[in-house]
Amino acid sequence: MSHEEEQRNISHEKAQKAHKEGRSDKWSNSTISDEELAEAMRQEREELEKTWARPSGVWGWFTDTDHKAIAKRYIVTAFVFFLLGGIEAALMRIQLAFPENHFLNPDRYNQIFTTHGTTMMFLFAVPIMTAFGIYFVPLMVGARDVAFPRLNVYGYFVYLIGGLLLYTGFFLNTGPDAGWFAYVPLSGPAYSPGKRVDIWAQMITFTEISALVGAIIVIGTAFKMRAPGMSINRIPLFVWAQVVTGFMIIFAMPAVMLASSFLASDRLIDTHFFNPAEGGDAILYQHLFWFFGHPEVYIIFIPALGFISPIIVTFARRKIFGYVALVLALISTGFIGFGLWVHHMFATPIPQMGQSFFTAASMMIAIPSGVQIFCWIATLWGSKLNIKTPLLFVLGFFAIFVLGGLTGLMLASVPLDLQIHDTFFVVAHLHYVLIGGAVFPLFGAFYYWFPKWTGRMLSERAGRWNFWLMFIGFTLVFFPMHQLGLNGMPRRVYTYLPETGWGTLNLIASIGAFVLAAGVLVFIVNAIWALRAGIVAGDNPWGADSLEWSIPSPPPNYNFHNIPVVQGRYPIWQATADAPIVRGLNTKKRETLVTSVMDAQPELRFDIPGPSLWPLMVALATAVTFIIGIFTPWAFLVGAILAGITLACWFFADPNYENKHARETGDKSEHVSPRAELQPKEV
Amino acid sequence: MLKKRFHAKTQRTQRRKGGSNASGAHVKFDRPLRLCDPLRLCVTFFACLLCFSACKREQRQFTTPPATFKSYDVTMSDIRPGVGGMPMPVQNPADQHAFDANEGKRLFSQYNCSGCHFNGGGGIGPPLMDEKWIYGERPENIYSTIVEGRPNGMPSFRQKIPDNQVQQLVAYVRSMSGQLRKDVAPTRNDSMNARRSEQRTERKTPLQTTEPPQ
Amino acid sequence: MIQITRTIPRLILTLIAALCFASCGGIQNAINPAGPNAQNISSLWWLMFIVCSIVFVLVMIAVLLALRKRTVEAADRVPMLEPSEESERRRRNVVISLTTITVIILFVFLIASYSSGRSLRLNDPTKNGLSIELTGHQWWWEVRYQDVDASNIFTTANEIHIPVGVPVMFSLRGADVIHSFWVPNLAGKKDLIPGKINTIWLQADKPGVYRGQCAEYCGLQHAKMALWVVAEPQEQFNAWRQNQTQQAVQAASDVQKRGQQIFFSTTCVMCHAINGTPAGSNIGPNLTHVGSRHMIAAATLVNTREHMAQWIQNSQTFKPGNKMPQHNLSDADLQALVEYLQSLK
Repeated sequence: MSHEEEQRNISHEKAQKAHKEGRSDKWSNSTISDEELAEAMRQEREELEKTWARPSGVWGWFTDTDHKAIAKRYIVTAFVFFLLGGIEAALMRIQLAFPENHFLNPDRYNQIFTTHGTTMMFLFAVPIMTAFGIYFVPLMVGARDVAFPRLNVYGYFVYLIGGLLLYTGFFLNTGPDAGWFAYVPLSGPAYSPGKRVDIWAQMITFTEISALVGAIIVIGTAFKMRAPGMSINRIPLFVWAQVVTGFMIIFAMPAVMLASSFLASDRLIDTHFFNPAEGGDAILYQHLFWFFGHPEVYIIFIPALGFISPIIVTFARRKIFGYVALVLALISTGFIGFGLWVHHMFATPIPQMGQSFFTAASMMIAIPSGVQIFCWIATLWGSKLNIKTPLLFVLGFFAIFVLGGLTGLMLASVPLDLQIHDTFFVVAHLHYVLIGGAVFPLFGAFYYWFPKWTGRMLSERAGRWNFWLMFIGFTLVFFPMHQLGLNGMPRRVYTYLPETGWGTLNLIASIGAFVLAAGVLVFIVNAIWALRAGIVAGDNPWGADSLEWSIPSPPPNYNFHNIPVVQGRYPIWQATADAPIVRGLNTKKRETLVTSVMDAQPELRFDIPGPSLWPLMVALATAVTFIIGIFTPWAFLVGAILAGITLACWFFADPNYENKHARETGDKSEHVSPRAELQPKEV
Repeated sequence: MLKKRFHAKTQRTQRRKGGSNASGAHVKFDRPLRLCDPLRLCVTFFACLLCFSACKREQRQFTTPPATFKSYDVTMSDIRPGVGGMPMPVQNPADQHAFDANEGKRLFSQYNCSGCHFNGGGGIGPPLMDEKWIYGERPENIYSTIVEGRPNGMPSFRQKIPDNQVQQLVAYVRSMSGQLRKDVAPTRNDSMNARRSEQRTERKTPLQTTEPPQ
Repeated sequence: MIQITRTIPRLILTLIAALCFASCGGIQNAINPAGPNAQNISSLWWLMFIVCSIVFVLVMIAVLLALRKRTVEAADRVPMLEPSEESERRRRNVVISLTTITVIILFVFLIASYSSGRSLRLNDPTKNGLSIELTGHQWWWEVRYQDVDASNIFTTANEIHIPVGVPVMFSLRGADVIHSFWVPNLAGKKDLIPGKINTIWLQADKPGVYRGQCAEYCGLQHAKMALWVVAEPQEQFNAWRQNQTQQAVQAASDVQKRGQQIFFSTTCVMCHAINGTPAGSNIGPNLTHVGSRHMIAAATLVNTREHMAQWIQNSQTFKPGNKMPQHNLSDADLQALVEYLQSLK
């Protein structure tokens, strides 16, 4: 090691140490002794813990606004839905393992495949990605909480109620059975009697509100609550991905709201949006749905891209190659993603010229994805890699997603799509891009960030078993489906005739499903075991670069005792020994720093609202409106009044109502806007 | 190897006793998987309960069950000699199933009931969406009407329409005057709509009348 | 350990690939084309498949090469924040050139796709003489052969005959929900959407039987809504067509007459039409020439006496949820009915 490198090492270590203890070198000349300083810091931390204390007990569970707790709830709930969706998939694979199998009758099979798709898309994929944003965006940008903590609570309860609505319906034989995208006229009033599709349409409303809430929170936090010094060109790629996703959610969700609301009103109050005989149009539904539906898959996929960048940076231990290109690729994927939707409708009588435009756009979106893959490979190239489980899952992503993307190009071409549309080829493609592109990075993220959530490491050995079982199982299930599609097997069939010859490949796929399930089971066992007996992780077991690794594992409720001033794109790696920190934020009430959008210049000290019952109340009012709205339109009137009352109570509630400490000390919120002090204060 | 294990064990013991972060303050550990969440317990319990009940409205039966009533069990009059009580009113199971009511609606137009009864307003045949019933409004009366036929033009569909389909038609006919529950009654159909859907039709109190059709 | 765990998946993948390519033939296969449309699309498929496979293999090689250097060092070695100018420049050049190659490949695909699409459109629709109107019902296909001469128009169900080498124009309608007409050996699919008329043309260049299946989820029996397309030489087709325009064969023997009587006295007459008899309902498939069809129940069962009897008596066992009710005919009645129907050639 050269003399320069040695010096760099030493100053690096010193800087890490100083940073942890919350002091800068500037104080080395002051008159206070080290012990007095440590004591003062300890007292501050105690006060912070009291101020940011989470309410306990059952009441506390309903009113807690800590973004980390809410995010963990989202993750656990979404994972439970993932398991339910997986069980449904296993049931489908059992039914399809043999021709003319009688394991499930067609009615039950139709409900199961619809619920599987709906669960995975609406109740698992989007919420879990939002959850990672809610947990990590504040930590990565150096904030003490999210921008709208109470709105966050509301979002979670609305999501939970929506999921319970769907599954209550499913267990009561009222599960939707028209497919996860429920085309009219099949899902319309004439061909789907009963309340099955109404439950589906209203569940969409719940999950869409929850997604919108998550998007607003992430964007607000990422834009306005960054630590000083984190100018816009220093924002971590994870946060960029979450921001792009947030904007996509905001633009895409209204379209599905329209589609599902029009469908619900056609079914409930005799409107004719989709009734051709009275001037409506069945294709209108497809346009509205897919205008949302295509961005939806990018909403699921882009956060996963945000997981990959930090994992690669950490394990390659070098700066990412092509930061600007990666950011632009994320933004352009998000943008172009809105121009692709008709590729789901190539078999409809839309004129060919129009369809060709969507072919071009669908192919064009491969360019930013390709750029990202090349930049990541360039980052990995030549670096000494320590292949731990998170990196293994990222490598799995490369293998699977690239294949899925290439089959996507085939589906983008109109003539070829007309052969493989609505066949098992599409089923193979969508699972390759969604499982390869989102679930594999997600599992990598679980292994990577589990130490931060819980303070313990997941087992590496079990991690390898997890990965290989999932990879092999996945390939066994979905690779043969490409051939099945080309062999003429359409989608959504509850069985097939023996003469078609599809039996062998279907059997292989069904066996693979259980291998895949075994992989997921290994993960669950690993997680439960690690909670009790995993190796204790310190603050930064992977030696990573972003700010969430500079605080203890699991993080204290207030995240940062002293918000750091960021000195580069890789805050921990680039922190110097005399890195400044933010001092002067109140420890007796919940406060964080709001900064400007471009340069993260401090703007004001912002009161963060504490725990409150009202978000739950508004969520219940929303639930009443939409659940009873399945049966009668009067629910909307009653529900609007209820929601209005509960919202008013929320708005007028004391921001620190539940915070006993603040009430006792009588410390009311003060909106002042002095610039936060950046120099060390006299203690 | 042993050293590592021992080291890990000490760390584990330390951790279990309640470790500390760098500053020495006590930090509460949050477990992402709280199996004893009160909410999760309630949800699981109710979900289990619900599994064992069935939702009648959504029941679909594809094999042909035996008829609930026979047409020769029908009486038109409430007056009987002797002290014997009223016959027990018979339920039409199709009245509880949204699928059956909807099938009834499909069959009403496919079997050309609308050829005489139109969309319920009548024409060649009497209206079915009003409160007036010549031959009775009970399910077994309507069943009898369809299966036996009636004077002045109602054909007999015995043997031509299977029993379960007659029951579906009975349910639909009753829904035209709003007799079915709102969540079971059919909603609008995917063709020209001549009137409000059955689901939004007000329930009319049936009235026995002897007026012959005009 | 890594070596072993990488060889096993490779073996498995090779096995899967072998199995997949083992089944390239078949009468419902998109890459076993029997007509110009399917041939066109199949060529496009092979172009894209080969190029994409090469790209995939190259990317995987790049990923594996990137994993060359490995370490088990602890996580606190100094990170590389200032790599050399030269290596950064090299990487940039490589990424830019790879991106350019990607764009070029995409353009090739785009042009290939567009020109393939152009050839799929029939340039002169008046050229061909055969026009068929296909209506999708839940869960069967109503096929109506059009002609300028009204006496040549006829309706059949679930089985389409076309002459070899002649383009056939289909106009597609949905009667209830959205269905999709797909005969993989002959052409891509087009949706049958209520309220809209869609068109597709296809042509068979080889005589044979091709199986098509509904490809848009349409309810309970979507899985068993299939059809047969029989391509035959022109003379045979003409003969078939001539026969189809005729009214139904009269019941000859006593058993057949009894069967016809049963047909008129039970539920059959409410839904099925037999031209030349009073049965004229078009709720269900037209049975005028049902005896000459290869398959029944929308290409689910082979058309034998036994299958037909089972289908009539217990249709819900074969296709639960389909619109045909079950029956309770006595054995003799059932046999007579089947005898009559099988005589309708």
